[in-house]
Amino acid sequence: MTKKIKYLSPTGVLGVGFSEDHFMAALSPDLAFIGCDAGSTDGGPANLGGNKPFFSHGAVKRDLRILIKGARQVDIPLMIGSCGGSGGDWNLNWVWEIVQEIAREENLNFKTAIIESEPDRELLLQKYREGKFRALDPAPEIDEDTLRDTDHIVAMMGAEAYQEALANGAQVILAGRSTDAAIFAAIPVAQGFPPGLCWHAAKIMECGGAAVVSMEKPEGMICTITDDYFELEPVSPTQSCSPLSVAAHTLYETGDPYMMREPGGVMDLTHARYESSSERTVRVSGSAFHPEPYTVKLEGAKKTGYRAMVLGGVRDPMILGQFDSWFGGLQDSIRNNIDAVYGESMAGKYRIDFKLYGHSGVLASREPTLGQTPTEVGVLMVSQAETQEVAYAIAGQAAHMVLHHTVPEWQGLVSNLAFPIAPHFWNLDPAYQFVLNHVVELDHPLELHRIRYEEI
Amino acid sequence: MALLRDFAKLIRTKNAGPFLLTVDIMFPDAETYRHVANSGVLSVELMARTFKVPAEVVKLFHYDPANAIKVTIPRPVTSGSPEDTDLFGGQQFAPLVDVVVPDMPAQPTPIMELKNEETYPA
Repeated sequence: MTKKIKYLSPTGVLGVGFSEDHFMAALSPDLAFIGCDAGSTDGGPANLGGNKPFFSHGAVKRDLRILIKGARQVDIPLMIGSCGGSGGDWNLNWVWEIVQEIAREENLNFKTAIIESEPDRELLLQKYREGKFRALDPAPEIDEDTLRDTDHIVAMMGAEAYQEALANGAQVILAGRSTDAAIFAAIPVAQGFPPGLCWHAAKIMECGGAAVVSMEKPEGMICTITDDYFELEPVSPTQSCSPLSVAAHTLYETGDPYMMREPGGVMDLTHARYESSSERTVRVSGSAFHPEPYTVKLEGAKKTGYRAMVLGGVRDPMILGQFDSWFGGLQDSIRNNIDAVYGESMAGKYRIDFKLYGHSGVLASREPTLGQTPTEVGVLMVSQAETQEVAYAIAGQAAHMVLHHTVPEWQGLVSNLAFPIAPHFWNLDPAYQFVLNHVVELDHPLELHRIRYEEI
Repeated sequence: MALLRDFAKLIRTKNAGPFLLTVDIMFPDAETYRHVANSGVLSVELMARTFKVPAEVVKLFHYDPANAIKVTIPRPVTSGSPEDTDLFGGQQFAPLVDVVVPDMPAQPTPIMELKNEETYPA
C-alpha cells in the first residue's frame, strides 16, 4: 500500500465560517489532523498593536466549537495558527479563553498547547547586536529603540513549534503568529513526506477551499500527500478544483509565484505540475524545498498617535470646477486657524490626512484622471495628534474650516460639505504603524517561542 | 486595438504582506495569455509608470501554469499608515483595466525567464 497522509483545512480563516454539514461529512479518523489559519495582516497594524481580534468573539467561537468537537470526536489534533488575527499574546489568550468556554459548555477534556510568539525583547536586542537581523525589501529603518519601544513584536513560527507541541501530547494547539503554511506542513514533514510537496500543499491548504474553480462561499479542502504528489479535494461536493484553479491560487498574496520563503528554507515551485485526477480533484507534483539557515520573520506594530475623523461631500459645481486650487487654499486656512486657536504654531504636533473620493481617493497621485472636473468629491479627513483631545479638537476645526471656506464666485456664508453622519466628526481608535519587515537568524527553531501546556 | 479587460479573466491587486503590492493578470487560456504576454504591452516600464515607482523595483513574472502575469512592487506606503488609501491593496489595479492591447500578435517576443528576487510569504 502506498504511504499517504490526509488532512483537512475547514476554512480559509477562523471566524469566516463554513458549512457544518460539509465539515461533518469530511470528518474521519483517517484524517491525520485538522488545521486552520486565523491570521492576517490585512486589517492593518492595529490588530497586533492595539490588541484587536480580526473577527468577532461570536464568529470565532462558532467555528471553533465545531472544530474542537469534531477533532475530539475522531481524536485527531486540531491546530490553529496566528490566533486572534495577529497572533500577539493578547490575541492568543483571547482565543484560549474562547476554547475554555467551549470546553466547559461541551463538557470536553483535552490537553492544549499554547505557543506564544512575542519574543523576549532582551533576546531580540542581543540578536540585533550580534548582526543576526536582516532587512527584507523594502523595510523601514530600525534601531535598538525600535526593538525596545514597539508596542508588540511577533515572530512567525515555523513547523517545529507545532511538532514540539505534538510530541508532548497536545490535542489542541493554539499558536501565536505563525507562517500560514507551517500549520499544515508540520505533521506531513515530521512523518517524512517530501518537504517540497508538504510545503506547497500547505501553502494552498492555508486558504481552506479557496483554490476551487468558483468559490461561492468559504468551505474547506482535503489534502492527501504521498511520496510522489499531493491531491486536493474540495470539502463541498458542489465545488471542484482544476489544474488552473490550483495553479492560479499559488499567485494569491505572494510576491513571487516560484519561490516562497519559510523559516527553514524556500519552496521552489518552478517545476510544479498540475494535473486533473478526477472531475473535482487535482494532483500536484514536482514542487521542491531547499533548506536554508533558520530565520523567522518579525512583525511589529507601534502606536503613533490618536485620531479623529470627518467625512463630508462636496457637490457645488462652482467648487468642483476649480477643486484643486480651492482645496490648496483650504489647507492653508486650516493650518492658520489651528495655530490661531492654540495661540502657537502647532506645526509638527498634528497631521491631517485627506482622502478625496471621486477625485483621487483610491489611487492618490497615481490617479490617471487627475485634472478632470469631478461630479462630486467625498472629503475624508483624519487628524492625528499626541492626545485624543487634540486629535478630536483638530478634526472639529478642520470640519468647520472646510464647511465655510470661501468660494470666490459666491458672496456670503457658504456651507460646502454635506455630512452623512451625525455628529459630523468623531474619535477613532489610536493609530499604529508596521515598523518591522525583517528576519532574524536563530540558533535553533524554538529560540523565540514559548510553549505552555494546559489540561482542561 | 482592444483593451486588457477584453482579454483577461481577472485583473487584481492585493497586499503581499504590509510592504508589497502584487498584481495578478490572469487569462482564460494559454493562447490569450501568450498573445498578451508576447505583445510586450504589459512591460516593466508600463508598471513603473502606472504605479509611479522606479522600473528597478518592479518584479514581473510570467507564470505559465496559471496563464498569468504577476507583477510585484513595493507598496507606495506601508499598509495602514496615514497616507495609505487602500489597506488591502485591492483596488490599485484600476488603471490597468483599459490598457490598450493589440488585436493580433505583434512580432513574437520570447517569454523571458525573470530573476526571482527574495520575497517572504504574506
